[in-house]
Amino acid sequence: MRHEQIETNSALMLVLILLVISVGGLVEIVPLFYINETLEKVDGVRPYTPLEIRGRDIYVREGCYLCHSQQIRPFRDEWLRYGHYSLAAESQYDHPFQWGSKRTGPDLARLGGKYSNHWHVQHLVAPRSVVPQSIMPNYPWLLDSDLDYADVDSRMRALRVTGVPYSLTQAEYDANVQRYGQAIADQLDIGKAQDSLLQQAREKDFDGLPDRITEMEALVAYLQVLGTMVDFTQYDEGYFVEFR
Amino acid sequence: MALTSALPAEQYNYDIVRKFTIMAMVWAVIGMSVGVYIACELAWPFLNFDIPALTFGRLRPVHTTLVIFGFGGSALFATSYYIVQRTCQARLAFPWLAEFTFWGWTGGVTLGVLSYMAGFSQSREYAEFEWPLDLAIAVVWVSYIVVYVETIRRRSQPHIYVANWFFMAFLLAVALLHIFNNLAVPISLTKSYSLFAGVQDAMTQWWYGHNAVGFFLTAAFLGMMYYFVPKQAGRPVYSYRLSIIHFWALIFLYMWAGGHHLHWTALPDWVSTLSAAFSVLLLMPSWGGMINGIMTLSGAWDKLRSDPIMLFLITSLSFYGMSTFEGPLMSLKSVNALSHYTDWTIGHVHSGALGWVALVSFGSFYHLIPRLYDTRMYSDTLIYVHFWLATIGIVLYITSMWVAGIGQGLMLRSFDDYGNLAYTFIETVEFMHTPYVWRALGGAFFVAGVLVMVYNIYMTVQAGRREQAALEAKLAAKLAKA
Repeated sequence: MRHEQIETNSALMLVLILLVISVGGLVEIVPLFYINETLEKVDGVRPYTPLEIRGRDIYVREGCYLCHSQQIRPFRDEWLRYGHYSLAAESQYDHPFQWGSKRTGPDLARLGGKYSNHWHVQHLVAPRSVVPQSIMPNYPWLLDSDLDYADVDSRMRALRVTGVPYSLTQAEYDANVQRYGQAIADQLDIGKAQDSLLQQAREKDFDGLPDRITEMEALVAYLQVLGTMVDFTQYDEGYFVEFR
Repeated sequence: MALTSALPAEQYNYDIVRKFTIMAMVWAVIGMSVGVYIACELAWPFLNFDIPALTFGRLRPVHTTLVIFGFGGSALFATSYYIVQRTCQARLAFPWLAEFTFWGWTGGVTLGVLSYMAGFSQSREYAEFEWPLDLAIAVVWVSYIVVYVETIRRRSQPHIYVANWFFMAFLLAVALLHIFNNLAVPISLTKSYSLFAGVQDAMTQWWYGHNAVGFFLTAAFLGMMYYFVPKQAGRPVYSYRLSIIHFWALIFLYMWAGGHHLHWTALPDWVSTLSAAFSVLLLMPSWGGMINGIMTLSGAWDKLRSDPIMLFLITSLSFYGMSTFEGPLMSLKSVNALSHYTDWTIGHVHSGALGWVALVSFGSFYHLIPRLYDTRMYSDTLIYVHFWLATIGIVLYITSMWVAGIGQGLMLRSFDDYGNLAYTFIETVEFMHTPYVWRALGGAFFVAGVLVMVYNIYMTVQAGRREQAALEAKLAAKLAKA
């Protein structure tokens, strides 16, 4: 076919362009949904609790991902600095993903448990009071604002539509008990969402303010769970390589 | 517009082109100034002022959206509406719909950046708009396609000029990317959750993100280049055959390259390797475009000495060549291991965005604006001043980001004699302070150049109006005599 035929026929040209630009995505993205090895088979990864969901929403709202990645690469320096490299399975319930693209600050994929709740609160309110050279903004309003959790169940419903196993029915609840144990399954029950949120906040008191539930409470709850779900001592060196 | 009222209707619809041109300059000033501001925040964090709307995390999408979609988008609307009419020798189809694309696009960008400052974001880079704005943008985009394609269908030339091929690919690809990257389940007007999760979500986002660069910031600006470079040089495009080959190769290969943003992550190796391979291949069609543009000046190189507009256009192509060489280099896994997550990427983006996208737009505008207002540019000297302010700004920007990025990358992976990490993370942050200051200065130079351009345009438009009024007065006097 001579190119003259294409460049004198706008409809033909549009069709050919559409075909040519569709190939890359079809070959590289579609199989990711069907190839089983894309997600490593690993125990422990669970959906976020209602309080953690709200914390994650605040993380997204403030644009934390623009300076902090949540994706550790398989290099020696990252292993020493952050821990085991990130697995695809660990972000399987992350809608949207928060892998990030820039480390103006350090990676946060395995932040959970590394610092106390009190340190996090202090650091978020005034980063330079604990790390003098830090260039992170202060986030004092997180401690001033009460957390809005009235619609947490509708958030869980939306996530359930995308495939996250929050339970609405007895059968779904039972399946979660089987999979994660009863304590977690209760947290994943949409019907009890608000109670679960209040219960977790009261038990752990992430923001250090026992009589209030602030945005800080939710954000710190989220930061403290990051990267803690998989017990890497259970797996041999080399097990995860099979999936890569 | 008043100045056209006394004369017979223009052959082409320039009104819409003027509107988008002016808006592009408005967005350039605001968007690039926000860029300088957030660059200063990274150097002097007190500038966040404990005000949520002003923190880096909320302003960064404001900057990227204003420069990519506000400035870049409006410049593309303006030039594509101009080019399609001139090269098809047909008046723009559906003027009311074209008018709608102007108000829709301008309104969408405005609401978008206000919503980011209020904290509504999908957290998808370069696609942070929440779902109602995504839907609105989709409607505007479809209108754009309808206006553009219908104008092409009404052409009085049998052949579709090469610039329009690139615009057509850009129109279709951006529609495709926008739709699939923004699939989400809403819970309210201001919040939604992305339909995909984790690794699939990441790949979809970077398939979008890389091709926002590939089609919005490259293919479409090549369309701009293919009209304004030959026009300003007064010579035909260097090679017709090369334009065919590099067009089809470019649009095919770009769509495969997104995975190189996810090297060494939990993305399966086969995707990341495939993306790297296609990224390297992409060098060829990219340079095909650069060569075709620069060689158009073959036999008229002296214009570089006498014509400041040519200087803008050829320098932009040189930066295009440079950043499309740097890109494949950074997509190699070994290089990426160092460069990823660092400011090297930021520098790379800006050598493309400032050096290529902004300079080719400025050069095209300097050619376009006198024709839109039927006059000459107010000052050639000021065009030279703008050129040097911009060039110095870009050089300061990208060299300081090489220092910051490569420096941080090397520090993070160095070990002491006992095999321990040689530096803590915060030591790299301290190290980056000086390059951050230089980067902000480079950005300030670039904005200063844009302000010079705005002044030059303002004086040109005023002169155009005066000349028009004088002409009309003369005509009226003649008619009165007769």
